[in-house]
Amino acid sequence: MEEIKQDIKQPQKASETKTDEVVVELKDIKKAFGSKVVLKKVSLTLKRGENLVILGRSGQGKSVAIKGIVGMLTPDEGSLKVFGDEVANMDEKQLKTLRTKVGFLFQSGALYDSMSVRENLEFPLTRVLKIHDQQDLDKRVEEVLSSVGLKDAIDKMPSDLSGGMRKRVGLARTLILKPEIMLYDEPTTGLDPITSREISELILEMQKKYKTSSIIITHDMECAKITSDRLIVLNDGEFVAEGTYQELEKSDKEFIRSFFK
Amino acid sequence: MAEVAEQEIPWWKKWLEETGEQVSFLSGFFRNLFSGGFEWSEFVRQCYEIGYKSFTLVGITSFIMGVVLTLQSRPTLVKFGANSMLPLMVCVSIIREIGPVITAIICAGKISSGIGAELGSMKVTEQIDAMEVSGANPMQYLVVTRILATTLMIPLLTLMGDVLGLFGGFLAVNLSDHMSWMLYFNKCVNSVGFTDLLPAIIKTVFFGFAVGFIGCYKGYNSNKGTESVGIAANSAVVSASLWIFFLDVVAVQITQLLFY
Ligand SMILES: Nc1ncnc2c1ncn2[C@@H]1O[C@H](COP(=O)(O)OP(=O)(O)OP(=O)(O)O)[C@@H](O)[C@H]1O
Ligand SMILES: [Mg+2]
Repeated sequence: MEEIKQDIKQPQKASETKTDEVVVELKDIKKAFGSKVVLKKVSLTLKRGENLVILGRSGQGKSVAIKGIVGMLTPDEGSLKVFGDEVANMDEKQLKTLRTKVGFLFQSGALYDSMSVRENLEFPLTRVLKIHDQQDLDKRVEEVLSSVGLKDAIDKMPSDLSGGMRKRVGLARTLILKPEIMLYDEPTTGLDPITSREISELILEMQKKYKTSSIIITHDMECAKITSDRLIVLNDGEFVAEGTYQELEKSDKEFIRSFFK
Repeated sequence: MAEVAEQEIPWWKKWLEETGEQVSFLSGFFRNLFSGGFEWSEFVRQCYEIGYKSFTLVGITSFIMGVVLTLQSRPTLVKFGANSMLPLMVCVSIIREIGPVITAIICAGKISSGIGAELGSMKVTEQIDAMEVSGANPMQYLVVTRILATTLMIPLLTLMGDVLGLFGGFLAVNLSDHMSWMLYFNKCVNSVGFTDLLPAIIKTVFFGFAVGFIGCYKGYNSNKGTESVGIAANSAVVSASLWIFFLDVVAVQITQLLFY
């Protein structure tokens, strides 16, 4: 953590981890709920090792767009490929394999509230990686908890945690599987500026350490500034702008610039 | 276009759709049941929770039913000079019908709604989605364990309720006549045969399954939004109770066909 904080003082992109291999590809995705069209025609690519930030106002379908990547929602039209395979054509087994490689941080944290923090973190280890050696479990749990700075909370129940702590435990639970792709749904919303910055740093650290590719949905411009290699802006069911933080900040469109104020 | 279509869905279509969903949920249950990776510790925890939660209520209610049934039947039997038949009557009614149905209805109210609310709130707070997306199996962990736990525990609760109901009957008999425990017990044992006990136990297994299945189905498939937790709990009680009566009618018919 310490070392990362140094980096942040002079924001330094981890672009060196970025490669040209495409891991996620959305092409002309359309999604409607009943008569309400949420995504009209959305295309994006995520390259290995890249941090892609999605901006957009509330209710524009940002969460819907990334839920398709893990097969939680099926698009009405268009193609959605992860690691080159069409998600809609996967059977149960392939989908399960995909899901172990893709981490999803829920907007709400989604901690299992009948389990303690330790049990929350052990759950994916015992169920997905089938690790049953208690020493190994303890080691992994402690490692990931200390990386989100919550070692003391290990035996607490989720109901005893603050909003920010829940989010960090949620993050830890996702990171513990060491996913190749991370999808962060508003990782810093509702947190104080200091914790927000810590989370953003952590995202950057993960990218460097494990070469994860990430899609980060956020309203927090500082988080976007720290983490992004590339940003895209979603509005009215379409992506209306794409570029680096510096490029979009100086965009000639008033609407795009308004995000940066 | 789509909006019009949504409003015009007739009730029978919705009903068919829901039935279809239930059938696929049921097949999902069986698929997971036999796919290995059974969650033993969660199953044991659920058995304990379900048994422990309803133990007192089922016990007290069954005991009181035994007392009341005896007190109310007595005058009629005395009129025919048949008061020695009292233990037999109480025993047969409790074992065949009152014990199983009362226990199952109480469990529909307590357990089915509890499961509906629990899974409903897990759905609303995206916990079920999170489990699924992490590659774990929420059907296996949440649904299979709960349905099996109710299927096992409700017959056991019923047996316990039966015993307490009979004991209540014994006390009530002794309020007016004197009858030793041994005599009462003998009369009971002689009056209840295999054809009373076996169908009763088999039907409680189905009641238990219905209680767990409906609770899980309603909770697991509830909509997003806080009010849907309440809806899930509520509709779980209603459906589970209706299913219990329906199964009871079916069980009576089958028993009649087979044994009489
Ligand atoms: N499962 C669903 N069923 C029906 N409608 C849905 C569903 N999921 C999302 N929607 C609708 O899709 C729209 C976009 O939702 P989404 O959650 O993607 O917004 P968002 O861009 O993530 O907003 P926020 O920043 O507030 O999280 C909303 O109007 C929502 O009502
Ligand atoms: Mg969202």
